[in-house]
Amino acid sequence: MSLARLELKSVSKRFGELEVLDDISLSVSRGEFVSILGPSGAGKSTILQLLTGALRHDRGEILCDGAPLESNSHRFAFMPQRDALMPWRRIIDNATLGLEVQGMTRAAAREKVQPLIAEFGLAGFERHYPSQLSGGMRQRVALLRTVVQQRSMLLLDEPFGALDALTRARMQRWLSGMWTHHNWTVLLITHDVREAVLLSDRIYVLSPRPARILRHYDISLSHPRPPAGDPMLSAIEADILQTLLTLEERPCRTFVPL
Amino acid sequence: MPIRSVPQRGIARLLVHAWPAVLSVTTLVLAWEAYVQLSGISPTALAAPSRVLVQGFEQRHALASHTLATLQATLLGFSCSLGAAFLFSLLLDFFRPLRRALFPVFIITQTLPLVAIAPLVVLWFGFGLTPKIVLVALVTFFPMLVALVQGYDSADHDIEALLASMGASRRRIFVAARLPSALPYFFAGLRISITYAVVGAIFAEYAGSVRGLGIYILNAKNNFRPDLVLAAVFVSATLTLCLFGATILLQRVTMPWTRLVERKP
Ligand SMILES: Nc1ncnc2c1ncn2[C@@H]1O[C@H](COP(=O)(O)OP(=O)(O)OP(=O)(O)O)[C@@H](O)[C@H]1O
Ligand SMILES: [Mg+2]
Repeated sequence: MSLARLELKSVSKRFGELEVLDDISLSVSRGEFVSILGPSGAGKSTILQLLTGALRHDRGEILCDGAPLESNSHRFAFMPQRDALMPWRRIIDNATLGLEVQGMTRAAAREKVQPLIAEFGLAGFERHYPSQLSGGMRQRVALLRTVVQQRSMLLLDEPFGALDALTRARMQRWLSGMWTHHNWTVLLITHDVREAVLLSDRIYVLSPRPARILRHYDISLSHPRPPAGDPMLSAIEADILQTLLTLEERPCRTFVPL
Repeated sequence: MPIRSVPQRGIARLLVHAWPAVLSVTTLVLAWEAYVQLSGISPTALAAPSRVLVQGFEQRHALASHTLATLQATLLGFSCSLGAAFLFSLLLDFFRPLRRALFPVFIITQTLPLVAIAPLVVLWFGFGLTPKIVLVALVTFFPMLVALVQGYDSADHDIEALLASMGASRRRIFVAARLPSALPYFFAGLRISITYAVVGAIFAEYAGSVRGLGIYILNAKNNFRPDLVLAAVFVSATLTLCLFGATILLQRVTMPWTRLVERKP
């Protein structure tokens, strides 16, 4: 069996008295799109903070390509829950931030990012400031800033959580296309069941705090996924909702095309 | 280019916004003039604005050279204070425990009454430029330091965490996130401090000096020329307003992204 790009083994984390993560195990293979789905406050963002090195886990193991993750190895490109764009930087310079931190000159970084601007639907807005953009555009800038870092894996924390339903649906389709095209490895945090089902190869469903993995779903449907309302997708959605509502631990279920 | 057109619109709007102030000031001056003319009060007690204007104009060369001296002291003192405040703000940001050690000392410097401290500073440093610089720095240092330190702390925690996730060093995070976040605070502090600075310089001159508006005011008072005192006050107020305006201009140039928000009606 090939090494997983990322593997969490019985990871737990508490903030003082507050037990947040309790025995989390999951794995993400190269090129896979994996989602973590859970109620608000469960500890989803905390998992990503463990991965970016902002926090240390208490127990368990985090392996990256088979080796333990040192706290400052910076193998991941992280997109925070709120877009965290710098209001004082122009769009192009927000997008190049990660490259500049890696030591690239601003000019070289701009040259590298420029070709992707149009693909991210930001053509003509390079010289604008974030305050001049719509919410959906800001999310795309944040995503662009994340992917240009060329890390081995993307960590996306509810990238579309703050968007209206229509924009969100569009952005999900768009992200799905980008992922197929660019061959990214993605760990996505969300509390939107439909989003998880539409995008993921595998979904881990978390319980409320202290978070455990209630169940995981392997969805071996090819991409792009059929439009919403497809009976197969709807069945999975219903099953996940059932799991979240009853909060029982159940074994893995695998959905494969008939 | 939407951004380029903003300054001009800004000036047009400034004129629109300025007329209530112009009106109220004009009314005040006219009322004052009328009161002096009608009540027949002696000009050695209260001079009419017209007299202040005429006498001030006659004394324009003396006034100008004294104003220049005050301006020089203000700008030099303020620059020293800015430099020191910036250095200390770095120190306090990178070595947190220093805050608790140094802040009380700085606060004490703020509680010293100017009337008591100004003659002492003159006594120590003589009648030249030095005591003025010291006094200006003393009154403006703390507000600037507090503005900077608070400004650094106002940085968005998400942005700092993001930079850390990218592998940015402490210094890098400071330059890329904390420093730009402090700009609005810095300019708010600058606007307040620049007015303190002029007052501080005049106070130092008043306590003993060769040149400057402060000593000019003292001499005019001793010669029973309230019209010239008022002329000097008028000049110092104008000077303060100009410096105030300069800080606003500087802010607009330094923070172009905030103008965009203003543009929304
Ligand atoms: N640095 C911290 N110190 C103390 N408690 C924290 C810290 N970070 C998070 N928590 C707590 O841990 C719990 C989980 O937080 P987390 O942000 O991971 O939730 P989440 O699953 O991402 O929720 P949401 O979907 O609303 O973003 C919350 O109860 C929160 O109050
Ligand atoms: Mg979260």
